[in-house]
Amino acid sequence: MSSRAIPEVETVAPRVARTPTDWKGDAMRRRIAGRYGAERRFRLLGLAAVALSGGFLLFLLITMMANGLRGFTQTQIALPIDFPSSPLVIDPASLKTNPEQVLAGANLPQVIDHAAVAAFGKDGGRFMSAGAVTALRQAIIDDPDILTRKATITVPASEGVDLAAKSNGSPADEAAVARLKQAGALSTGANLSFLTLSDGTDPTVVGVWGALKGSLLTMGITLLLSFPIGVFSALYLEEYAPRNRWTDLIEVSINNLAAVPSIIFGLLGLAIFLNVAHLPRSAPLVGGMTLALMTMPVIVIAGRNAIKAVPPSIRDAARGIGASPVQVVFHHVLPLALPGILTGTIIGMARALGETAPLLMIGMRAFVASPPGGITDPATVLPVQIFLWSDEVGKGFIEKTSAAIIVLLIFLLTMNSIAIYLRNKFEKKW
Amino acid sequence: MAESDTIPKMSARGVNVFYGEKQAIQDVSIDVDLDNVTAFIGPSGCGKSTFLRTLNRMNDTVASARVEGKITLDGEDIYGANMDVVQLRARVGMVFQKPNPFPKTIYENVAYGPRIHGLASGKADLDQIVEKSLRRAGLWDEVKDRLNDSGTALSGGQQQRLCIARAIAVDPEVILMDEPCSALDPIATAKIEELILELRGNYAIVIVTHNMQQAARVSQRTAFFHLGRMVEQGPTTEIFTNPREERTKDYITGRYG
Repeated sequence: MSSRAIPEVETVAPRVARTPTDWKGDAMRRRIAGRYGAERRFRLLGLAAVALSGGFLLFLLITMMANGLRGFTQTQIALPIDFPSSPLVIDPASLKTNPEQVLAGANLPQVIDHAAVAAFGKDGGRFMSAGAVTALRQAIIDDPDILTRKATITVPASEGVDLAAKSNGSPADEAAVARLKQAGALSTGANLSFLTLSDGTDPTVVGVWGALKGSLLTMGITLLLSFPIGVFSALYLEEYAPRNRWTDLIEVSINNLAAVPSIIFGLLGLAIFLNVAHLPRSAPLVGGMTLALMTMPVIVIAGRNAIKAVPPSIRDAARGIGASPVQVVFHHVLPLALPGILTGTIIGMARALGETAPLLMIGMRAFVASPPGGITDPATVLPVQIFLWSDEVGKGFIEKTSAAIIVLLIFLLTMNSIAIYLRNKFEKKW
Repeated sequence: MAESDTIPKMSARGVNVFYGEKQAIQDVSIDVDLDNVTAFIGPSGCGKSTFLRTLNRMNDTVASARVEGKITLDGEDIYGANMDVVQLRARVGMVFQKPNPFPKTIYENVAYGPRIHGLASGKADLDQIVEKSLRRAGLWDEVKDRLNDSGTALSGGQQQRLCIARAIAVDPEVILMDEPCSALDPIATAKIEELILELRGNYAIVIVTHNMQQAARVSQRTAFFHLGRMVEQGPTTEIFTNPREERTKDYITGRYG
């Protein structure tokens, strides 16, 4: 049959006469120039967009560092105290057995005040922060013999002096700083207590530990609840659930849940966990549960996408040698989907970590001056702490706010780094 | 047919397959026996792969698929209530069109099946099964020094032989091969064909192919499918030299396909 077909193919239609395309003409040249121009403009536009966003990021980082790093330093005053002549009322004998309790009841503020007046004039007491008492107490515990002689203790300066020394304060404080500088009593030390203290009223003695611990506990609860629920929902919906109207409805609902404003979840938490279930108010337990509601849809969606991305040929291969559906899922699908699921989880957790609004609704905005001991103790979290401090009138809180933001960002960066590490570790190529 | 007096390993009678409303397979009856390699040939979309997948119930996972008729393995209805589908798939193994090793080590790929079916009594036993399966698949000499490398790092032909080793490792009775060479180069194809001839007799082998030369080279019996029906079946030499049906003749002479 093909021997007859070939000659037919050879009868080609006659070539239509037409002018040859002028590849070198002016019109072509202009077109080429226009194409290169468009290419260049597009690249510049992209570069400008990247530069703009990079600039914003840089601006944010620089202002935050400039303000915030000061929050990690503390102006200190070297305060000479002549203990024998001070008004300290204390029993040296009981000091040896139980110093903490004895000193808690002693009139240490009076001692500080007395010494400050003696050293720096009549308003000297005003230069010292409330934290000075803690410093003095620690000095006495470290070396009880100090009570028999004259000694110089380094104590934190008050908010006004601290501010005046770092940047600019009120005229009275500036004058005080000048005087202290002249006496050579002023120094700047690292303020590590910012990482160990909790909220307070005096900005020189506040810290983020309470909020940080609250955040850790809340995130722990969120992860414990949302990760397993999210992953199992995703697995069931992808691998087991039949495709029908009900599963469509569930899918739409989950997608909508992920888009619900977070304050609504706060109201839900308030209505159900507090008013119906009567769980403790302001507690990381309830905060974590509320944020878990918010994080779960994100994990379900990311999980389903990751599971969908596992090639069907792997499922076929496993089924083909007689793996049961559960074995297919747990031996093959889940390990391959895990990097994607983890990424989604971290994105959801990072969102939850920065979340403020729903936690305000369930009372985690209370003034909590001590770190929570457990998940049912009143607590606050880092972003709420930042929100609270940014609302404070005391000027000293400005740098504390920025410092807390730095802590929050470091926390977030650490979480994301762990996520990237885990993802790379579990990622497999096929 | 010549072997009608012995019980066939697998037999299908009046099989219809539907995807939703659409009928993909119409009234197919065929026997598969242990001594022969059976080839299913036919143009694309003729239903030969669909029919192959009914033989180990791989179509079960397609929600809209429905199978009518009777398919038996050693006389037992594989769609019957007493048949466990997981065990069926261990007894009727499958090799797919595209090599699909697990993204695990070569050792793990082969050891996975015996492990989930509890076929090995210990580490030494499992090692032995892995070695035996890889030897049978003609892959042992190439991979024995790198059993802990990833199975996906092998070449395409090696991957396909690894998949065959994986199927052999669970000691199946029937091996279904769905165009096992269509993604491979001629040299790798030749190796797989050689392997099929070696495996013949130990396992009942069914191979789907649209390469007619391949069917002629490896099979002893051939079934020709067209538009969801099995047009003709018989000894391979007969189908290729003296087909009874006009459609079969047209296909094997290359008039369509």
